[in-house]
Amino acid sequence: MKIYRIHALICAGAQCIAAGGNGFEDALKDELKKHELLEEVNIIETGCMGSCQLGPLMVVYPEGVIYTKLKPEDAKEIVEEHFLKGRDVKRLMWKEKETVLPSLSEIPFFAKQTKVVLRNCGIINPEDINEYIAQGGYEALGKTITEMTREDVIQVIKDSGLRGRGGAGFPTGKKWQLAYEQDSPIKYIVCNADEGDPGAYMNRSVLEGDPHSVLEGMAIAGYAIGAQKGFIYVRAEYPLAVKRLEIAIKQAKQIGVLGKNILGTNFSFDIELRIGAGAFVCGEETALINSIEGKRGEPRKKPPFPVQKGVFGFPTVINNVETLANIPVIIEKGVKFFRSFGTEKSPGTKVFALAGKVNITGLVEVPLGTPLRTIIYDIGGGIQEGHSFKAAQTGGPSGGVIPSQYIDVPMDYESLASLGAIMGSGGLIVMDETSCMVDVAKFFLKFTVDESCGKCTPCREGTRQMLNILERITSGKGRMEDLELLEKLGNTIKLTSLCGLGQTAPNPVLTTLRYFRDEYIAHIKDKKCPSNVCKLSSEVKNERKVFNRSSS
Amino acid sequence: MDKIKSIEDLRKLREQAKAFLRTRQGEVKVKIYISMGTVGIAAGSRDVLLVILDELQKRNFTDVQIIERGSMGLDVEEPVVGVDRDGVVVYYGHVTPEMARQIVASHVINGQIISDWVIAKE
Ligand SMILES: Cc1cc2nc3c(=O)[nH]c(=O)nc-3n(C[C@H](O)[C@H](O)[C@H](O)COP(=O)(O)O)c2cc1C
Ligand code: SF4
Ligand code: FES
Repeated sequence: MKIYRIHALICAGAQCIAAGGNGFEDALKDELKKHELLEEVNIIETGCMGSCQLGPLMVVYPEGVIYTKLKPEDAKEIVEEHFLKGRDVKRLMWKEKETVLPSLSEIPFFAKQTKVVLRNCGIINPEDINEYIAQGGYEALGKTITEMTREDVIQVIKDSGLRGRGGAGFPTGKKWQLAYEQDSPIKYIVCNADEGDPGAYMNRSVLEGDPHSVLEGMAIAGYAIGAQKGFIYVRAEYPLAVKRLEIAIKQAKQIGVLGKNILGTNFSFDIELRIGAGAFVCGEETALINSIEGKRGEPRKKPPFPVQKGVFGFPTVINNVETLANIPVIIEKGVKFFRSFGTEKSPGTKVFALAGKVNITGLVEVPLGTPLRTIIYDIGGGIQEGHSFKAAQTGGPSGGVIPSQYIDVPMDYESLASLGAIMGSGGLIVMDETSCMVDVAKFFLKFTVDESCGKCTPCREGTRQMLNILERITSGKGRMEDLELLEKLGNTIKLTSLCGLGQTAPNPVLTTLRYFRDEYIAHIKDKKCPSNVCKLSSEVKNERKVFNRSSS
Repeated sequence: MDKIKSIEDLRKLREQAKAFLRTRQGEVKVKIYISMGTVGIAAGSRDVLLVILDELQKRNFTDVQIIERGSMGLDVEEPVVGVDRDGVVVYYGHVTPEMARQIVASHVINGQIISDWVIAKE
């Protein structure tokens, strides 16, 4: 194997590329060529490193120096100073409060995180299976199929307490057990990589940065329930994820960790990609099954549940990307290790897509139960420009808001539910006093109205009615009765909709009504938007946007 | 790529692959420091560096990191090469490409310090 003096890891995650990462990489290669350094410096494209806002990013080893906001013009200086003379280019390094922070371990944004799911993201080359294997990859699959019975595997996952990271938090071991108990010659594992929540890109990052961890998790799940085939349902808007999955599947088959007779055993497992057109409702499991079968992506009635009758009528386990990426860790490092993070009822870690008015936005992985305050202040570096924290929206369109008095809430399934919010898939939008809560509710409701599949009336008509009312309120024509009407409509839609989309759509409205009712009243009675966001405000319009919508 | 047919083969592959990732993980047996200040480069430290890489490659020794440094305050001794092994850092001065090859062979790989050339120890 070739020895390189320097490993330069360049983030090729979607955000960094959008910020011009390709241009920098090309310029860097040109400079290396000019100085005859191509044989000494190994350039590796990784997946998202997490602090997307400061991209394009590059980490240089052996020192582990991280360079931020790179432009093509910077390549010359980095090569001539750092690569040739070993002098860091301070100007481009991470700065906090005027101090230059040299390496990942000294930057709070990274140092205060706990990376289990994102263990390899930004560290390995996702297009080289050898690097995944070097990190212990496929060891768990090997152990599973040579040393454990199917029942053992299910028991370990049950003992770990892992809960689905796709939104509902259903215990993964229990789901596998139900599928295992089905008597059927054919079963399937489906990886749900639809990720339709606005602003969320946790799953995309895992697929782009560490695709093999998902493949390995799926193969282990397949062994446990008795499936020989898996599908990954990924949206077409994620071309880099699709490309890397294709490469990963091909390499895994080549070396024999996927396909027939894996590692010389009699277990065979194959994975196929299914590209979805990218409709939010297709992430709902029964709609996803329809879509895989080539039908319209509309939800079906439950029961029967997918574990009984899933893809083509066969028992099917559907798991989220992040859920699956946890599996190899649990098998290899054990239940105790996994449970050393998180709480009794919510063990492990969770990846959040931190967005909005915090100083450092990006992907953040923390133990479940970490207080919201820690995420916002210790990792995210606090609220921008001296503003104050007003609320956080969790769980995207199916979630709700957490007001400032609950900033110490532990981020776990139960605690969030008790506030009327949910964990969801991990969207976390931070808002300060310049955000209008009625506008926030309207934004998410508008999203659901657009994405409703239209199959059932409460969701199709009811959410539209709610949106009409919100529009009326924000344009100064609201009436006090509207508030009760919103609550009544919201609760009815929740109870009578066929699928999770309709059942959760009113949440942003209901929670903002619960915690920020006075803002609704100000819009109605005083015809004023306290945050100067809505049209009806006579004062100068506030130019700061409600969210960092660019991060979606 | 060849198919791996057992878990033992997988582990063998892992050991090989791990060697390649060492540069990124800092857990290496030997660190080699080389001064790349203006004086160092003028005195020929770049040629020395290339020879070191070449020699490591030839001997397939990967348990090493090569770290560039600015001037180490020993300008009259340039090119200076430091070898950090077994908890001691040893500096060699006036290193020529030929000396560099021997330093790799004796000290870096086999742990035998070449005392005659040593100018400082830490
Ligand atoms: C409207 C809607 C959209 C959803 N989108 C996703 C999604 O993008 N990814 C996902 O994993 N789960 C999504 N879910 C949840 C899935 O239906 C399902 O519960 C999940 O994939 C199960 O995996 P888990 O147990 O590993 O969380 C969605 C649910 C609803 C109702
Ligand atoms: S709740 Fe909405 S999205 Fe779900 S089936 Fe009914 S109309 Fe379609
Ligand atoms: S995409 Fe580069 S850090 Fe996230």
